Amino acid sequence: MDTTVTTGSEERVWGGGNRPMQASYGKLMMWFFIVSDALTFSGFLASYGFSRFKFIETWPIADEVFTHVPFFHGNYPMYYVAFMTFVLIMSSVTMVLAVDAGHRMMKNRVILYMFLTIIGGLIFVGSQAWEWATFIRGDYGAVETKGGRILQFVNAETGERAALSEFAATLPGERERHERKTGIWFTQEAALPSYTVDEVVEGLRSSPNILIRTEQLNEDGEKTILNREQTLERIKDATLVVEGANLIRNEYGSRLFADFFFFITGFHGFHVFSGVVINVIIFFNVILGTYERRGHYEMVEKVGLYWHFVDLVWVFVFTFFYLV
Amino acid sequence: MAHEHKLEIFRGLVKFSSNTRKIWGVLVFLSIVTAVEVGLGITKPAILTGNYFLGMKLLNWIFIILTLVKAYYIAWDFMHLRDEKASLRRAVVWTPIFLVSYLIFILLFEADYIYTVFRDGFVKWDF
Repeated sequence: MDTTVTTGSEERVWGGGNRPMQASYGKLMMWFFIVSDALTFSGFLASYGFSRFKFIETWPIADEVFTHVPFFHGNYPMYYVAFMTFVLIMSSVTMVLAVDAGHRMMKNRVILYMFLTIIGGLIFVGSQAWEWATFIRGDYGAVETKGGRILQFVNAETGERAALSEFAATLPGERERHERKTGIWFTQEAALPSYTVDEVVEGLRSSPNILIRTEQLNEDGEKTILNREQTLERIKDATLVVEGANLIRNEYGSRLFADFFFFITGFHGFHVFSGVVINVIIFFNVILGTYERRGHYEMVEKVGLYWHFVDLVWVFVFTFFYLV
Repeated sequence: MAHEHKLEIFRGLVKFSSNTRKIWGVLVFLSIVTAVEVGLGITKPAILTGNYFLGMKLLNWIFIILTLVKAYYIAWDFMHLRDEKASLRRAVVWTPIFLVSYLIFILLFEADYIYTVFRDGFVKWDF
């Protein structure tokens, strides 16, 4: 009896066309994607935390790594990353203004705000490319020991980091980079560092004001600086000169630090890049009047969701990679 | 739904006259929070770096809390979660929070265990 009575309402429930969340299909699918993508980024950041807690006493200090600002020389920790964060938040604002203008069907405003959003995105991607280039090039140089530990150098008088070029000796040597053209065609090696280990060791011995800084953090959260005797003892372990960073080793310290830098900021930068591409497509659609004819600007709202998500992820990357 | 916005933030403490004004208001708030973060990151006050809570520096706790505050306002006002139905909002927010908390919990505990193994074990790592 009951079933026959309720048939009508079941028809309404299961017959299709229901919107229990009062959001369109496209928007819900965008949310699905965002949630799953958020989990991917969480996986990255959580594994970063894993590695960091594992090597909690030797992890590099981000403040000392990201100290560069384009066109300026000197030590400016975090300023440029803060600028990048601000650019991304700003482009998020212009995006949400575009969505707002879309709701009110103001085509020209949507065009203007979408354009500004794209510019912001491009500035951010460009900044990140510059950060990568600076990170890969490196600035001071370091040596690696037999056990894979990184030894950096400081000037005992000023207390500042010393670059290899400041003290390395010049020894006459014939070692050349082995390239394909000089031997068997399938063997080659990576670019040689500017100085050999012998030159660094010799330079260190002859300059009494240079000390070694190890990866180990002391109670104040600063890297341990060895005294002169310990320095001369420790340099005997040196096996490699490391300049800049790649996926295998880097001059900043723990190898995983550079790997996570490349993977996390790279994955995020790729998201920003694809966000810019999608924004450009929608931008041209707006200009062509596609959404004006369709009667609503929901597409702008959907790419807006994606764009804000990219901003949201950066807020977390900024905290966990650069600040904490 | 799409055309009406809730214009109050801070639990009704601040109410804006239009959606555009609310967007700028949220931007100002987010910028202030970022400036505070960067300022603390550069100055590193000794009182915040010297004191620990649950094994982490107070400064890092402040950073994480401020990050979550920023994330809240980005999601609620820029991604319009404030204007969505509660069911959608909860599905989007609580699913990752639950999964990520669990992941962080197990990974950080495991990492701390491995750290003690490295520290107290009989294998030399620093050579």
